[in-house]
Amino acid sequence: MTTIGATMRNELIGLGGFVERNVYLTKRYILWDIAFMIWTIANTLTIVFIARVENLPKAKENELATILLVGAVIWAFLGIIFEFMTETVAWERWEGTIEYTFMAPVSRTMHLFGQGAFAVLYGLIRATILFFAVAAFIGLHVPHANYGAAFALLAIASVSFIGVGMMTSVLPLISPEKGAQLGFVAQGVMLVVSGVYYPVSVMPHWMQLIAKISPATYVLRGDRASIVSGAGMRWADVWPLVVIAIASMPIGLTIFRIGERHAKRHGKLKRSG
Amino acid sequence: MSAFAAPTALGTSVRGDVPAVEVDNLTKVFRRRDPKAGRFTRRRLPALKKVTFTIERGECVAILGQNGSGKSTLVRLLSTLLLEDGGEARIFGHDAFREARLIRRLVNRVSVEASFFKKMSAQENLSYAARFYGMTPAQTRTAIPEILAKVGFPPERRTESMMNLSRGMQQKVALARALLTSPVLLLLDEPTTGLDPRSKREVQEFIREVRRTHDATILLCTHDMAEAEALAERVGLLDRGELLFLEPVAEVKRRYGVETLEEAFFAATGRSFEEEQDEDDELREVFG
Ligand SMILES: Nc1ncnc2c1ncn2[C@@H]1O[C@H](COP(=O)(O)OP(=O)(O)O)[C@@H](O)[C@H]1O
Ligand SMILES: [Mg+2]
Repeated sequence: MTTIGATMRNELIGLGGFVERNVYLTKRYILWDIAFMIWTIANTLTIVFIARVENLPKAKENELATILLVGAVIWAFLGIIFEFMTETVAWERWEGTIEYTFMAPVSRTMHLFGQGAFAVLYGLIRATILFFAVAAFIGLHVPHANYGAAFALLAIASVSFIGVGMMTSVLPLISPEKGAQLGFVAQGVMLVVSGVYYPVSVMPHWMQLIAKISPATYVLRGDRASIVSGAGMRWADVWPLVVIAIASMPIGLTIFRIGERHAKRHGKLKRSG
Repeated sequence: MSAFAAPTALGTSVRGDVPAVEVDNLTKVFRRRDPKAGRFTRRRLPALKKVTFTIERGECVAILGQNGSGKSTLVRLLSTLLLEDGGEARIFGHDAFREARLIRRLVNRVSVEASFFKKMSAQENLSYAARFYGMTPAQTRTAIPEILAKVGFPPERRTESMMNLSRGMQQKVALARALLTSPVLLLLDEPTTGLDPRSKREVQEFIREVRRTHDATILLCTHDMAEAEALAERVGLLDRGELLFLEPVAEVKRRYGVETLEEAFFAATGRSFEEEQDEDDELREVFG
């Protein structure tokens, strides 16, 4: 085998290691996962019931509920990805394994990508359960839904979500105490500007400008159209997601590397204080 | 594949014509909050001051030092976890700071705290860690039980959650994790500190066994003088970031005209080894 071939092979095995570790952890924390799932469903119901308040005609109410549900599901999905990416550093520091992971001969790209890949897989499963559980609970009627298109668009958007997640996952490296919280701030800001429960057009102009560079904007818009009226994947939603994905990956990796260097210079990889 | 066999990929990066470790004027300075001078004032705290030494291939060298003397800082610098503030370090001829990817294949480490995902089992912790070093499931299926047996870990406890294991057991798993990846340089940072006497003896016995059976160079940092003397060919003394000497124990004793390493420490520093740190050292607390 050539050196490059051997290196590639080791990198892929390394990536598998990150996925494997998350599988073990999910198995060990399965009860917590179930509790968290119930919490997410309850939380989503509190939003979707808003559709009934206005006493709209049945069809209108159904459409509003669907729009809210899609928003809540994307919010939950994004939450999982950001949480996993932020935990890349935060959880390992808490367990004390962080130095062993950072001194292993696997590239940071595979490290973050492995973490992201598992998050996407896990997030998609949770999002699916959440969607159908809530839809069944409130008797949502979505006969035209194009699930294939909705799912595919979410998968494309996931690449950019991982890229943005890389940028936030570095925060605990720089600030061991506050970094993880800042990750949640980033998630909240991204969803607010992307029109999570409302069209982007209701926001002030300057927020609409930020919405243009947020990947969540396009996936919310596209998935709503697919679930409510059965629209296929539209190029207008796909190309911005592809562009953002291509840009966010290298930016995310670069930011993480800079953070890692900073941590190694100032001894912040391990220290808790 | 035997758990002790070096992976072939290492062949090209381990040169025979250079020392295992060359450290030259290595310096590391941390900035710490100064509680006396106010919230935002930082104080420069030199953790390593121009440390220079060499370790030959296959040698076992012990570095003795009190808490806060800079042992862990040295180990972290050699394992790509810290960047230097001056000087150089080479591992088998490769720059420890600029060739990190290559160094990482060659080095592994055992530190004072076990550092595992506590809810996961020993088997699981070792499995995922081995993947980072390119070991496939087919390889670890046989290698993990083999290596755990070698460190004297009871096979039936392999799938038990790590938090149910005693400190001594956890430390054995840490040794197994380090050896699983067949490092050519093994960094042991207080591997027996806090262990009960029996586990301590077992771990020390295992380190001897590794020396007999494995082509590894060992750097052992410890504050246990008997351990240093028993396991290492040469003993160094790190005091407040300065390496005072590094030579065979017999030579240390002869030079200072003393019978024990304790006396040598006193002769070299004017302080007793067990003594508490003085006022000026208040900022020097332990970081694992
Ligand atoms: N990450 C860090 N940030 C700030 N100071 C540190 C850090 N690591 C170590 N130090 C300081 O450097 C000195 C040496 O510490 P260390 O290398 O851990 O000593 P030892 O392992 O010999 O006990 C101590 O004064 C310690 O407080
Ligand atoms: Mg230490």
